[in-house]
Amino acid sequence: MTSLSSDVLLESRGLTVRFGGLFALNELNIDVRNGEVLGLIGPNGSGKTTFLNVISGVYSASAGKILLGDIDITREKAHNISSCGLSRTFQRSRLCLSLSVFDNIALGAQRTLNNGLWHNIVQRKSFAAEAQKIADEARELLHVFNPALPDKLFDPAISLGMIDRRRVEICRALIGKPKLVLLDEPSAGMTHDETDQVVDEILGIRKSLGGLTIIIVEHEMGLIERVTDRCVVLNYGKKICEGKFRDVAADPVVREAYLGQA
Amino acid sequence: MTPTSRTLVRVPVWPLFVAVAFAAVALTALVLIENQKLLGAALAITAAVCFCAARFGGVAAMEVAASENPWLLRGLITVASLAVIFVLRDDNFGLLMLATVLIYATICLGLTVQMGYAGLTNFAAAAFAGTGGYTAAMLGRQGGLPDALVLVCGGLVAVFIGSLLILPVLRTRGHYGALTTMAFGVMFNVFLDANDFFGGPQGLKLPGINLFGWDFTNDIHIFGLVLSSYVNYVILTGILTALAMIFVGLLDRSWVGVWFDVVRLDETAASVFGLKIAYWKVLAFTIGNFLAGLMGAVYAKMTGFIAPANFTFGDSLVMVSIVILGGIGNRWGVLPAALIVVLLPEKLQFIQEYRLIFYAVLVIAILTMRPDGLVARRVRKLHTETSA
Repeated sequence: MTSLSSDVLLESRGLTVRFGGLFALNELNIDVRNGEVLGLIGPNGSGKTTFLNVISGVYSASAGKILLGDIDITREKAHNISSCGLSRTFQRSRLCLSLSVFDNIALGAQRTLNNGLWHNIVQRKSFAAEAQKIADEARELLHVFNPALPDKLFDPAISLGMIDRRRVEICRALIGKPKLVLLDEPSAGMTHDETDQVVDEILGIRKSLGGLTIIIVEHEMGLIERVTDRCVVLNYGKKICEGKFRDVAADPVVREAYLGQA
Repeated sequence: MTPTSRTLVRVPVWPLFVAVAFAAVALTALVLIENQKLLGAALAITAAVCFCAARFGGVAAMEVAASENPWLLRGLITVASLAVIFVLRDDNFGLLMLATVLIYATICLGLTVQMGYAGLTNFAAAAFAGTGGYTAAMLGRQGGLPDALVLVCGGLVAVFIGSLLILPVLRTRGHYGALTTMAFGVMFNVFLDANDFFGGPQGLKLPGINLFGWDFTNDIHIFGLVLSSYVNYVILTGILTALAMIFVGLLDRSWVGVWFDVVRLDETAASVFGLKIAYWKVLAFTIGNFLAGLMGAVYAKMTGFIAPANFTFGDSLVMVSIVILGGIGNRWGVLPAALIVVLLPEKLQFIQEYRLIFYAVLVIAILTMRPDGLVARRVRKLHTETSA
C-alpha cells in the first residue's frame, strides 16, 4: 500500500497490538497530515500510549501496517525509526537524571553526530567543534523555554524541577530536527499554570520551526482544545471519532465513552 | 558550582604539586615499610590526610587545578613515578607488588568501561585476564612471535572468547547477567584444571618479556646505578596503565561515553533516539576484555608461571570490588582501590590470619563512610572540558 496523498506524513492501516488476549489496538486506521497537530484522546487504557509506543518501535505490531512518509516502519527496530525523523517524549520522565542536561539533549541529536571511535578519541579538535555546535543549539533551544535554563546546561538533570525536566525532554525531542514529534502527556505531573506555560512554549517553538508535525496524547482537554488542529478519539483500541476538537467534543458517542455528559 | 572553571582567573596549581608529592611519598612508604607498627602509623596518617583534604577543600582545589592543567598533571605524575621507582630500585618484592597493583588497576579500568559506563556486569574479569595469560604461554611455547605481538594477541584472544559470550550477555542484565559471566569464570577454571594440554592444575612456565630486543630479566644499568630487573615491568605496566587511563578518560569525555551512560541508565530512551543497544554493549565488552587479556599476558610473563589458581572466580570478585571501592565509573578511583585491595593484605603480616578480616572490615568501613566509593564519579562537563 502506498501513501494516499503526499500530504499524509504517517498512516496506520489495520494496526493491531495484542497483549495475550487483550487488544490494546484493534484494526486502527489513522492518518497524520504534514504540519498538523493531532490530538489523541480517550479514556485510560484506550490505547493512546500504545499507539505512540508502536509507531516509535518500543512495541511491535501484531498485525497491520505503519507508513512514515513512503517508508514502511512496521517491522523496524526503534533505533532505525529514529533516523526516519521521528522523536518523542515519554509519559513518565525518561531523562538520565545523573547525567548533565547537555548529555541528555545531545542524545536527541545522536543520529546527526559522528560516533566513530577515531573521531571521538583521536580527532579531538573536530569532536570539540561538534560538541560546541550541539551546546550552542541546546542553549538556543533551552532559551526559548526558559531563559534561565541555558546556564544550567552542565548541571545534572536531577537538580532541575519537574517543569524544567519536561522542557529538557521536549528540547531533546526537538534538537534532532525531526519531522514528527510524539508528545505523551506533556502536562503529567505539572500544575495547571505550568501546563499552560509549556503549551505556550510548544506553540511558540512550532511557529519558529515551521512545518513540524506533532501527535499529542493528553487528558487535559483545555490543552487539547488550544493546540490541536484535529483529534482522534480512541476507546478499547478502536477509533470512535475523528475531527476538530469542537465537533469531537459534541459527539454523543465521545461524550458517553470519555468526556461525560455536560 | 564554583565559577573558577568558567572565568579567566588562573587557579593556583600548588595543590596539584602537594597532592602528587604526597601520593608518591605515601605509596613509597607503604611499599617500603616492613616494621608493622610503623606501617600502621603510615596507614593512619595517610587516611587522616586524605580525610582532611577531602573535608577542607584540598581535594576540590586539586581537582580544579588538575582539570585546568592536564599536561602539568601528567608531567608531575611521570616525575613522581620515576622518583618512586628510583627509591624502590632494588626492592624486588616491592617492585613486583607495584607492577601487580598496576596490572589490577588496568584490568579494572576495563571493568570500569563495562560496568561503570555501559552497565554490563562482568564477574569473569580474572578469566579474561587468564585467557590472555594462557595465550601468552601457548604462543611462547611455539616461539617466533615478538613479545609485543604476543601481548596484543593476549588481548585479542580474550576479546574472541568474550565474543562467544556475547549472546547471553546481551540477553540478560542485572543479576542474570552477573550469573552468566560468573558461570563462565568458573567454567574457565574447571576447563583448565582438567586439560593437560594447558598444563592442568600444575600450570605452565613461560619466559620473561623481551620487548624490541630488550630482555626484561636484565638489571638496568644507568648513570652508574643498578636498577632491579623488575623495574622493567613497573615501567611497562606503568606506561600501559597511563595509556589505558588516557584512553578511558577520552572515551568518557566523548559521545561514546555519553551513549554508554544512556544505554546503562535507560535502554528504552536510548533506542528511541537511535542507539543500537547491542552495538554499544559489544563495544564496551570488547574494550574491557582487551584490557583484561593484555594485562593478563603481561602478568603471566612477569611472574613466569601461571596456573588455573591464579585466575579464580575469587580474583574476579576482587577486581569487581576494586571498581566498587574506587567509585564505580570513576577511573581515578581504581588506583587507590587497587593499592588497598592488592597491597594491603600482603603488607599487613602482623595480624597474620586476621589480616583478611581486617582488610574486609576496612573495605566495609570505607564503603559505609563513602557509599559512592573513594573517588565518586563526577557529572560529565563535556563542552567545558573539550574546549579547555
